[in-house]
Amino acid sequence: MNFDFTDDQHAIKRTAREFLSARYKPETVRELAADERGFTDQQWSELVQLGWPGVIVPEAHGGLGLGAVELVVIFEEMGYALAPSPLFSDVCAALLLAASGTDEQRERWLGPLAAGECRGTLAVWDEHAGWAPDRSEVEPAGGALAATKIAVPDAATADFLLVAAADSRHYLLELGNSSTEILSVPSLDQTRKLYTVKLAGAPAQPLAHAPGPVRHAYAAIITALAAENVGVAQRAMEMAVQYAKDRKQFDRPIGSYQAVSHRCAQMLLEVESARSLCYWAAWALDHQPETALRAASMAKAYASDAGFRVTSSALQVHGGIGFTWEHDLHFFLKRAKANAHAFGDARWHRDRVAALAEV
Amino acid sequence: MDLTLSQAEEAFRDELRSWLGENHPGHEPAGDEAAFEFRREWQRKLHGAGWAGVSWPKEYGGRGATLVEQAIFNEELVRARAPQVANVLGLAMGGPTVIAHGTEEQRKRYLPPILSAQEIWCQGFSEPDSGSDLASLKTRAVRHGDQWVVSGQKVWTTFAHHAKWCMLVARTDPDAPKHKGLTYFLMDMEQDAVHVRPLRQITGEAEFNELFIEEARIPDENIIGGEGNGWAVAITTLMHERSTLAFGLQVGVQIALGELIEHARQTRAQDGIVASDDPVVRQRLAQLLIESEILRLNAYRGLSAIMRGGVPGPEGSLGKWHWSEVNQSLTELAMDIAGPYAMSAEDRWTYRFLRARANSIEGGTTEILKNIVAERVLGLPRMR
Repeated sequence: MNFDFTDDQHAIKRTAREFLSARYKPETVRELAADERGFTDQQWSELVQLGWPGVIVPEAHGGLGLGAVELVVIFEEMGYALAPSPLFSDVCAALLLAASGTDEQRERWLGPLAAGECRGTLAVWDEHAGWAPDRSEVEPAGGALAATKIAVPDAATADFLLVAAADSRHYLLELGNSSTEILSVPSLDQTRKLYTVKLAGAPAQPLAHAPGPVRHAYAAIITALAAENVGVAQRAMEMAVQYAKDRKQFDRPIGSYQAVSHRCAQMLLEVESARSLCYWAAWALDHQPETALRAASMAKAYASDAGFRVTSSALQVHGGIGFTWEHDLHFFLKRAKANAHAFGDARWHRDRVAALAEV
Repeated sequence: MDLTLSQAEEAFRDELRSWLGENHPGHEPAGDEAAFEFRREWQRKLHGAGWAGVSWPKEYGGRGATLVEQAIFNEELVRARAPQVANVLGLAMGGPTVIAHGTEEQRKRYLPPILSAQEIWCQGFSEPDSGSDLASLKTRAVRHGDQWVVSGQKVWTTFAHHAKWCMLVARTDPDAPKHKGLTYFLMDMEQDAVHVRPLRQITGEAEFNELFIEEARIPDENIIGGEGNGWAVAITTLMHERSTLAFGLQVGVQIALGELIEHARQTRAQDGIVASDDPVVRQRLAQLLIESEILRLNAYRGLSAIMRGGVPGPEGSLGKWHWSEVNQSLTELAMDIAGPYAMSAEDRWTYRFLRARANSIEGGTTEILKNIVAERVLGLPRMR
């Protein structure tokens, strides 16, 4: 029993923290939030040099061949830095391709994905389809897809889409095709670019029908997203604690008032609890698959709530300044809240926890 | 990272499990005296098989178990629904404090009878006017030659009527700053100057006592950790209270949650629907499943941090505070599931609901624990 990272995992975490804090300073994040594309080619190629687009891609396909624990380490740090990047959507595509791509598809796409030569993203949610993140009603007709997908991250800069369809099936659709319309939509979280994608009979190739591996891939996706919220919440907590030490009112630092300090203690409890669940879920994904779905849903449910509660509480500690556009806090709050609603919100995952526990 | 037990840890667990399977003494008899004798007998049995003081070093009669083995031990005892031992406070708090701060002579004198339940221990910290502000306590000890004469009042003293020794913190220097003027004594409870009065609580039972001390005598050699050093010694006792009990508490929550889910499945909510089909109840049960998993995971993460870094930190305060919230909301949901039956006191959930009210007070109030987290972990300025 050892609930601690290996030396290698600690090293990845340290490297990620150092690299991301040097490259994604608050003013850079702010510029990218205002930028239409949301990242530069230079920034992408630096991530490629670290090997991160191929973190979970098997070594045989030129990836790092690492597991969910390393994935979680990287995305916790991406959240901490609030680094705007297509890395998350790209890794989602890699996870699904690795899980259910045909041999030819894996051969064709995983290598270039790992090498950062192309990028994929995931189009999951049908418009007006309700809350369930795992249900699409898209029925392909003769190898072509007609559907409208909402909240597709980084679609304008991706080379291909993986489109969720009925019966847990996914289709790979290369972009740059006239039957696909990509509309930029304003996103709550300006550091992650979202698009509405309209497919009007676009030709697409089916991935293999593999419900088990697909569930496992989605569990890895929500665990990575939960880890991102852990990093986001950690950073917001640190900002709040620093502000509570510096800011004086009635001649005392506001952090000496229990109304403020107990709020900060609550943040620590929630950040550490979300972190424990994420690390456990990641470990289960790698080593105890029978527990992984339950653990991932627990992590996603809790981190969805905690991410928002902590960032929102940090805003309260900051008072008026926290409500201004000039202060960075709102970017963290928006990322946490957007993440809370991606791939199933807390309520949806609690429902699944209850079902898996056979309540 | 490896969240499974190692071979050695598994062997430890299996040995304990099979021992518990063969030696479980069954249900505790009714009545305070009978129940206490039963617990004393149970502890003797554990001790005889080398299962008392598992965390203590071997040279003092313990098992020298690793932190993970201690965690397993606490989990397994609760999982087997084993009865409590008679000398809970001696084993979990008194012994570790004597090991940490006592002299070699004191260790030889006090540790063996703690293990064998021959001498029961109680804790004299809180006073009517000194609860959370423990260092303001007024019980006074005055030196008379090689003896101390002690007068004052203590409260919330568990097991006082069975105890031989009281871990007593008293003021020996009224002129020193409040944290500095305290000394940690072991007071012999078997003297006329000590009066014990049971304190009836909201559940109707009397788990705790009040202690009236009128010129009790304590010899000089019963000081632990030196005159004027009582605060540091008391903190050791409190840290042990919060950290070593955590594993048992978290398994306790898991077991109660299993019972609660069964309770929800069997309680009719409305036409054709049992409580466990109700979407709000399901959400609350799922949240409790998540929180009880967190209690387990945070405890193990804390343990791994100790194994890497050395000493237990104030993170231990997170666990006790969080546990009290989870246990309280668990018992509150049980009452909500019971519907109008919640009004009757026959149900075991009614007792648990009432008993859980103390969880956020006993062993450090949630407010004090949040202060500790804010100041020691987050480095926020001290509250003034």
